[in-house]
Amino acid sequence: MSLAVPTMAQMLAEGKEPEILFWVGCAGSFDERAQKITRDICKILQHVGISYAVLGTEESCTGDPAKRAGNEFLFQMQAMTNIEVLNAYNVKKIVTGCPHCFNTIKNEYPGLGGDYEVIHHSQLIQQLIDEGKLKAEGGESFNGKRITYHDPCYLGRGNGIYEAPRRALEILDTELVEMKRCKSNGLCCGAGGAQMFKEPEKGNKDINMERIDEVISINAQIVAAACPFCMTMLSDGVKNHDKEQEIKVLDIAEITVRANGL
Amino acid sequence: MISQLIFILLLAAAIYLFVKNAGKIRRNILLGKAVDRSDRRAERWAIMAKVALGQTKMTKRPLAAVMHFFIYVGFIIINLEVLEIMIDGIFGSHRIFSKPLGSLYGLLIGGFEILAILVLLACVTFLARRNIARLKRFSGTEMTAWPKSDANYILLIEICLMAAFLTMNAADYKLQALHFDHYIKAGSFPVSSLIASILSNNPITLAITERACWWFHIVGILAFLNYLPYSKHFHILLAFPNVWYSNLEPKGEFTNMTSVTTEVKAMLDPSFVPETSDVPARFGAKDVTDLTWKNLMEAYTCTECGRCTSVCPANITGKLLSPRKIMMDTRDRITEVGNNIDQHGKDYNDGKALLDNYITREELWACTSCNACVEACPVNINPLEIITEMRRYVVMEESQAPSSLNNMFGNVENNGAPWKYSNADRFNWADKE
Repeated sequence: MSLAVPTMAQMLAEGKEPEILFWVGCAGSFDERAQKITRDICKILQHVGISYAVLGTEESCTGDPAKRAGNEFLFQMQAMTNIEVLNAYNVKKIVTGCPHCFNTIKNEYPGLGGDYEVIHHSQLIQQLIDEGKLKAEGGESFNGKRITYHDPCYLGRGNGIYEAPRRALEILDTELVEMKRCKSNGLCCGAGGAQMFKEPEKGNKDINMERIDEVISINAQIVAAACPFCMTMLSDGVKNHDKEQEIKVLDIAEITVRANGL
Repeated sequence: MISQLIFILLLAAAIYLFVKNAGKIRRNILLGKAVDRSDRRAERWAIMAKVALGQTKMTKRPLAAVMHFFIYVGFIIINLEVLEIMIDGIFGSHRIFSKPLGSLYGLLIGGFEILAILVLLACVTFLARRNIARLKRFSGTEMTAWPKSDANYILLIEICLMAAFLTMNAADYKLQALHFDHYIKAGSFPVSSLIASILSNNPITLAITERACWWFHIVGILAFLNYLPYSKHFHILLAFPNVWYSNLEPKGEFTNMTSVTTEVKAMLDPSFVPETSDVPARFGAKDVTDLTWKNLMEAYTCTECGRCTSVCPANITGKLLSPRKIMMDTRDRITEVGNNIDQHGKDYNDGKALLDNYITREELWACTSCNACVEACPVNINPLEIITEMRRYVVMEESQAPSSLNNMFGNVENNGAPWKYSNADRFNWADKE
């Protein structure tokens, strides 16, 4: 079943302007695991009846990995091209499926002429829960499951968003167990700063393995993530520990969709 | 009379030397590039009150926080006593505050004594943590002989100063009881009275002890003042301005380089005319003078506590990167640059740079930009900014990024995604299930 996701171009052709633009991001567009989360975010938007659209093939990398790696030229080329597209569609509000896109568009685009209200999908979910539009009923029960949450650096420390993603877990009929390194003390998954696109430097351990050791130490059965890079790193860590049966890595959006049977 | 003269000369020499050396550090800091951190003043005063004065970020490690708090409060409050010592030294008086302050004086001296013993105990504990318990945080490749000795010297000096202060009071307390000479009844001695029994009962010996400790204490303080510019202990002065000038933007936000904006605009729009042609000498940072004055101030503020390194994911997993080393290297290099200016004039080039001579590329590329180090620093130092500036130099001036990152750049440039996927397939996710 196709989702019938509207694009900005279609909306414009019909003379409509959506309330919010869903910025999918490169991982959300191409990575198979992340694509599923992208579709889940669309399901949530459609379920609550928010008018939204995506850019489709008009979207391009925000420039985040280039900027973190030191390539400011490439970053600004990407940023200015994207801003031109966004401004042409008169975009006012953006929800992103990735903390890196979120941070870049929210904090680094305004200085280059791109001023938008930007939220991350965990904030959208929190808002919908607080408004009573989203609950955790009619779907899968998480009763008795030990769930922990891994803070993405660019959502947590980078932008001080610690509570929004936790809200989506607190409404489940189970207990949220925190790792010792959580919130502002959270441990990176190892993918930030463009590490996602290169081999790690020489060391005695991979960072994602260090993180999964911590997940194992608190006996969590589900690790909730809110970032496609964290998703890849944590999933790889679980796989390398041979714990795929015992530990599931799920995005906040996936958990919400499952809990509501969407 | 002669002792007053000696005191005044010592005091003047100590102040002159300190001002001269602190001035050199100020000059070195100002070798950095300009950055405006004078906006949002109300917020800046508030963050300084909270983080520097209130030490709120220290509380993440409660034991260290309490111990450090004793030393910090002790340092600030015992300075009131130093003020009295200064006046006594210049005018040849003895406990000049005792008369005007009356009964309050006893309360103050009593309070100083309690603080002094707390400072002493905290310093002993800190020494034990470093040298007996050997906390991991105080080791690492950058913690070579000098940084380790520096930390021990500071603690030992403080122990000696506090011991001298208490012994001086103990002798004074006994002399007061003996109604000896000018030792008038003044002050209360809740701590030193306990150790008074170990001192001689001979008033002459006591008077010599009291004077010797008085001189040791004040000369020690003046010497310590002049040790600061050579030591990590300089943080007691720079912590306050350093926090005042904090970055107030979200930690995830990296600066947009305006010099690049001009070039990119010209590239995208051939008719674009830049307002000013302030193209910098180079993009990013190869050496310390390419960094901002704030980066350099942070380097001199760092007290090498290692909270940053202990939470760095790269360091935890055995990589070469240590944020503390980034700060120490920056400080050592700018000090070297400053010394070169003093010795050889300002155009001297020693052929060295922060990159490669101090910080290796392997360290730079191990960073995940997770901001854990920035979050952990009790005085808001930002090692990540220096790492980013150096990456910018390596990538934009040298084109020496790791090949996998060059591939990523190529992908972003050609197909708008960091991976090798065709942009035409970007929307395929909607058709899957």
